[in-house]
Amino acid sequence: MTLQAVVNNVAPMAASKDVVVDIQKMSLTFQTADGPVYALSEVDLTINKGEFVSFIGPSGCGKTTLLRVIADLERATGGDILINGVSPQQAREDRSYGYVFQAPALLPWRSIERNVTLPLEIMELSKEERLRRAHEALKLVELNGFEKKFPWQLSGGMQQRASIARALSFDADLLLMDEPFGALDEIVRDHLNEQLLKLWARTNKTVAFVTHSIPEAVFLSSKIVVMSPRPGRIIDVIETDFAKDRTLDIRETPEFLEVAHRVREGLRAGHSYDD
Amino acid sequence: MTTDAATLPTAAAGPTLWGRMMKGQTGPVCVMLIGLFVLWYVGAVFMNMPGQIDRYARAKQDWTPLQLVEATLAQDRPVLPAPHQVAQEMYKTIFATKITSKRSLVYHTWVTLSSTLLGFGIGTLLGIVLAVGIVHVQTLEKSLMPWVISSQTIPILAIAPMIIVVLGAIGLKGLIPKAMISTYLCFFPVTIGMVKGLRSPDHIQLDLMRTYNASRWKTFAALRWPSAMPFLFASLKVAIAISLVGAIVGELPTGAQSGLGARLLAGSYYGQTVQIWAALLTAAFVAAMMVVIVGLMEKRVLERMGVRA
Repeated sequence: MTLQAVVNNVAPMAASKDVVVDIQKMSLTFQTADGPVYALSEVDLTINKGEFVSFIGPSGCGKTTLLRVIADLERATGGDILINGVSPQQAREDRSYGYVFQAPALLPWRSIERNVTLPLEIMELSKEERLRRAHEALKLVELNGFEKKFPWQLSGGMQQRASIARALSFDADLLLMDEPFGALDEIVRDHLNEQLLKLWARTNKTVAFVTHSIPEAVFLSSKIVVMSPRPGRIIDVIETDFAKDRTLDIRETPEFLEVAHRVREGLRAGHSYDD
Repeated sequence: MTTDAATLPTAAAGPTLWGRMMKGQTGPVCVMLIGLFVLWYVGAVFMNMPGQIDRYARAKQDWTPLQLVEATLAQDRPVLPAPHQVAQEMYKTIFATKITSKRSLVYHTWVTLSSTLLGFGIGTLLGIVLAVGIVHVQTLEKSLMPWVISSQTIPILAIAPMIIVVLGAIGLKGLIPKAMISTYLCFFPVTIGMVKGLRSPDHIQLDLMRTYNASRWKTFAALRWPSAMPFLFASLKVAIAISLVGAIVGELPTGAQSGLGARLLAGSYYGQTVQIWAALLTAAFVAAMMVVIVGLMEKRVLERMGVRA
């Protein structure tokens, strides 16, 4: 299958009401001293409301860049991109997404509670409202009881949960997560994956999730976007239909292994070994 | 395992008083101090000896080595006064003199200290304002930073008399000109430290604020300012000490009547070496105390910011 055929295959329909992210022929080129770097090329993608979309691919495939474009942390140099029907900048100014970074990025001088209320302070909510929402968000990530602790008193996994609570606190419908569990060990990661899945099932948020773990992508997602580097592009989009209340046990099922196999095939096809 | 368990308690009870002292800070500090005093006494004896022998010769007086040593440590105007002479002078001028008297070292210290603190306050404020400007306005970084740096390449001793004279010509005398010299010296470490501090948040934290669509002011208040606190206090410790130097230097060129600088100057005019050393040690003590106070403030602020004890 040629690249163009794949792209056509997944080309989005016209924007309907339920489309949260609509990207068409989007490219991003960084101008560096060594010449242009084609970070993303001709990307077409639709994310519908309530979907859990994973971006998977080797380093340098532009998956994080794609997420950053959606978040308006980078600007596309070509093509169209709409978030909730408006430009990424407008969407950012509307605070319509919560972003979870690779590292927890908690402010060390603030307690967990005050880290979670940080975005609410910037949005100038009343103190009662801030505390109420922080309490709610911390409960969602099962960190209630740790409000007054400082970040260094928490384990790495708990810190990342606190940063997820912070992204949830202002109740944006879109959650952007950039390898949030990449730095954690496998046991903690499994646990957090289950928690995240429950959270997604309960809150019905739209999630865009960057990872380079195949099992993580297959387990969490309703849609897996396989990407390839140089230039960064989408080579396959796989829809899955595992039950929303699935547990880690499904990783042993033939359906799961089949999807994982297709992801792996896609990654292999897209990977060029000539550099 | 068993041998470990058996030896542990004895090992804990083992060290002698000396051993325990040397383990902490007290022991080494005491040893250094004693060493310093011994050196000082030996130095005083040898440096004052030629003059004393001369004096004996002129008075055609006989002397024994013991008498000589005693005499070298009790001269009126020794080349190097002995520690106990300086201590006596300090006791006399600090505790035994009324603090309103012109002979009181407390009075002179206060004169210097007041302009030190004023200069430190203004300098800190100026330093922070400059740093905030440099971090937030790109043209300021290019236009201001070279001036900030070159300001410190001019020897303060050259510029101090000019400041005193110029400000004196427009009617400003005493406290303010001296404080200006302190300001001139102490804004620099604050600016340098705060530029670094305000830039210390990493990309991920700045991106985070951007995802919240936080204004520059809110990014400053919630992220840059708290991040800069450790840098600020490190700078303040340097700034407060050189602020005192600035105030003392400011007292030298005008032949000021009061202040620690004036005591140093008067002492050197009249060969009152004991007085010079007393003023010098007092200045050192005051500087150390101010650094300690800034250190305590730092500890309190950082504790409230949840820094690991």
